[in-house]
Amino acid sequence: MINETKINIENLNLHIGKNHILKDINVQIPEKKLTVILGPSGCGKTTLLKSLNRLTDLYPEVKTQGRIFNGDEDILHPKTEITELRKKMGLLAQSPYPLPMSIYDNITYGLRISGRRKKRFLNKRVEYYLRQVSLWDEVKDRLKDPASALSIGQQQRLCLARGLSVDPDILLADEPTSALDPISSREVEELFVKLKQRYTIVMVTHILRQAKRVADYVIFMYLGEIIEHGPAEQIFEHPRNEITKSYIKGIYS
Amino acid sequence: MNRQLLRKSEELFYRVLMIISTVIIIIALLAIIISILVKGMPSLSWSMITQTPKGGYYFGKEGGILNAIIGSLYLSGGATLLALAVSLPLALYMNVHKLKQKNVVNSIRFFLDLLWGVPSIVYGAFGFTLMVLLGLRTSLLAGILTVTLFIIPIMVRSMDEVLKTVPKGLLESAFSLGSTRSETAFRVMLRQCIPGIITAILLAFGRAIGDAAAVLFTAGYTDYIPTSLSQPTATLPLSVFFQLSSPIPEVQNRAYASAVVLTVIVLIISIASRGFSMKYQKNKIK
Amino acid sequence: MRALVLTNFKLRRNLREKLSTFWMKCCYILVLAMPFILLTGLLIKSSLLFGEKSLTELIFSSEWKPMSGKFGFLPFIISSLWVTFISVIIAAPICLLTAIYLTQYARRVVLKIMQPVIDILAGIPSVIYGVWGIIIIVPFVSKIAGWFNVHSSGYSILAGAVVLAVMIIPFILNILIEVYKTIPIELSEASLSLGATKWETIKKVLTRKAFPGIISSFGLGVSRAFGETIAVLMVVGNVVHIPTGIFQAGYPLPALIANNYGEMLSIPMYDSALMLAALILFIVVTIFNMGSRYIIIHYEKKI
Repeated sequence: MINETKINIENLNLHIGKNHILKDINVQIPEKKLTVILGPSGCGKTTLLKSLNRLTDLYPEVKTQGRIFNGDEDILHPKTEITELRKKMGLLAQSPYPLPMSIYDNITYGLRISGRRKKRFLNKRVEYYLRQVSLWDEVKDRLKDPASALSIGQQQRLCLARGLSVDPDILLADEPTSALDPISSREVEELFVKLKQRYTIVMVTHILRQAKRVADYVIFMYLGEIIEHGPAEQIFEHPRNEITKSYIKGIYS
Repeated sequence: MNRQLLRKSEELFYRVLMIISTVIIIIALLAIIISILVKGMPSLSWSMITQTPKGGYYFGKEGGILNAIIGSLYLSGGATLLALAVSLPLALYMNVHKLKQKNVVNSIRFFLDLLWGVPSIVYGAFGFTLMVLLGLRTSLLAGILTVTLFIIPIMVRSMDEVLKTVPKGLLESAFSLGSTRSETAFRVMLRQCIPGIITAILLAFGRAIGDAAAVLFTAGYTDYIPTSLSQPTATLPLSVFFQLSSPIPEVQNRAYASAVVLTVIVLIISIASRGFSMKYQKNKIK
Repeated sequence: MRALVLTNFKLRRNLREKLSTFWMKCCYILVLAMPFILLTGLLIKSSLLFGEKSLTELIFSSEWKPMSGKFGFLPFIISSLWVTFISVIIAAPICLLTAIYLTQYARRVVLKIMQPVIDILAGIPSVIYGVWGIIIIVPFVSKIAGWFNVHSSGYSILAGAVVLAVMIIPFILNILIEVYKTIPIELSEASLSLGATKWETIKKVLTRKAFPGIISSFGLGVSRAFGETIAVLMVVGNVVHIPTGIFQAGYPLPALIANNYGEMLSIPMYDSALMLAALILFIVVTIFNMGSRYIIIHYEKKI
């Protein structure tokens, strides 16, 4: 691989109560590529994704061991400044959660809480990021409308723009198209393909065809373990493991 | 065949009882409102709600209960504001900061439920003792402090009920944009729940304005509208109570009229908070 | 320049975060400490009386002569028990039947109409209930007493209990509606498909499932009724004696405090006695309150 490692996960184990959810995860996520975490539902994909920016902190009874490096910063270390760290990773959730404010404020929120107040600067950024997600033309006349007035597909793209607004270098996406209709799904998918030139993207999905369309690198998980990982064509064309083989042939879903 | 009939008629019997029970409740409410209106409306006049008691008011002469209306609004308003300063941060603390520590949150809920159950007369007696201890006299301030203690659990629990329903995804979104916990709490959660929070505030305000036992010994009673926190103040429930215990019929009638004023205020608050909670249901994101 | 502004901003942001979290923690501690502060305050104030008399003497004596230092709480305790239990006995079946009706039989619309009725009933101030009691209930009770050939002014245990019953109805009813609503629909489907009628399903399956919830709603009703002051005080008559019938006047504990507080400051022992009354209220109410909540939490899952 020519690409450098962006995130390095070492011996990650995660328990929720007595359940062992993630087992000995060791994997490197390459920079400026789209990495797909693939696997049947309930295999710990989402939990792995949420560990990357420590959103697992919000859940009761979660215990994590191991280390996750972003550069040379250990994300899981208790002393790590988590607020700053989260800003470096944009999140796109399963269904869109627009903040309870206007379209405009949704984009500027992240900038304002980190001290950017100049109106002109904010205006420019709003336009820039809305263009990035091809939403600008649809909403430029109603930026002051509440974000909840948008259609669900538009909301999801708004959430993506909002995630980009804090200038992250990693994007985390948790089945970002699962709540969307086919057309919006396609739009969001295409955005990801476009964005992967500039961002390190980690996307969770259980849709095999989607993974095939977008992935550069694939991590295949099953029951909390990483079964196999590698470049996309290798996993899809020549999987080594039996479980991966059957999954790709469509036996599990 | 007979058994079938028995089964059917038993069900019918209970259904009739059920409908009677439901009707009893509706009738009780109507009876309360109608009887208060019938008794009170004849004595209700413009001067009653725009004037303070004049000399001889308590023997049936001129004047009104403006002192009690304004006094009640001051007292409940003050208590609501003070309670808000404690309740809102605490409710947010439970639902943002301590989200992960279920046992902390549950222990707070436990204590709030305990406090909610404590009768207002106990708060009144406690408030009076506290007042004597602090060297205060019966005053607006002492009344406000006592009522504040009494409505805090009501306010926090109602806010908590609303905040609890916010989907975790919204919190995750806010955090992943780099918000601190307090920013998530005050900028996102608060905004998301604002109608529900206003409902909680109105509910607490309604409780504060209607309660008599907590202010009985702490707020005092006076014919003037208080101009500072250290002065005693009249309150509507007590004005109803005191006027009703007078032997003079005119004064008793005014007690009924005062009851109308209090009922109307409480009904307005109740309807307003209903309006807000309706609005809340509409705008909520799933 | 920009860097300086940003550092400045970061410092302020950090400070804001720390201050608000600090204030939240203060509120948290206040709420946790409050029950203990209340309890300690009441204990300290009533300890004066404990120093002189034994608890059994206080509770089981019926002689109440504050001026000569005799404090027998029995009349007040008995009155409180009468009023509370009669009110719950009146309110309980009404609430239970209405809750079943609203959640099982009635159309949605009816529940939608009843919800504001319940809310308004819950929001009416107790002094208004008192006024209503005087206008309607007291004369009515007096008339009923006449049918039984008992002479009564109407200011009686029964009047207090009826007023109190209406006051606690919205409180109990709201809990019961919640209890019946949370029972999964599959449970009644299962019973219905075994050939039970709707009423049999409600009686034998749903109500069994709801039983802990029902008991605790009544318990919470008791705790609410026991401490209610002004409304009861206005209609119950307030005569110090041990009532022997529901048409007689009573004098419950909250009324005792409300009627005498503030005027008793000159006699420390009297002050202490009223605080003891408040302490008894606090303890009884808290036991019923917590006991009911315990039942609902611990037994609901087991049935």
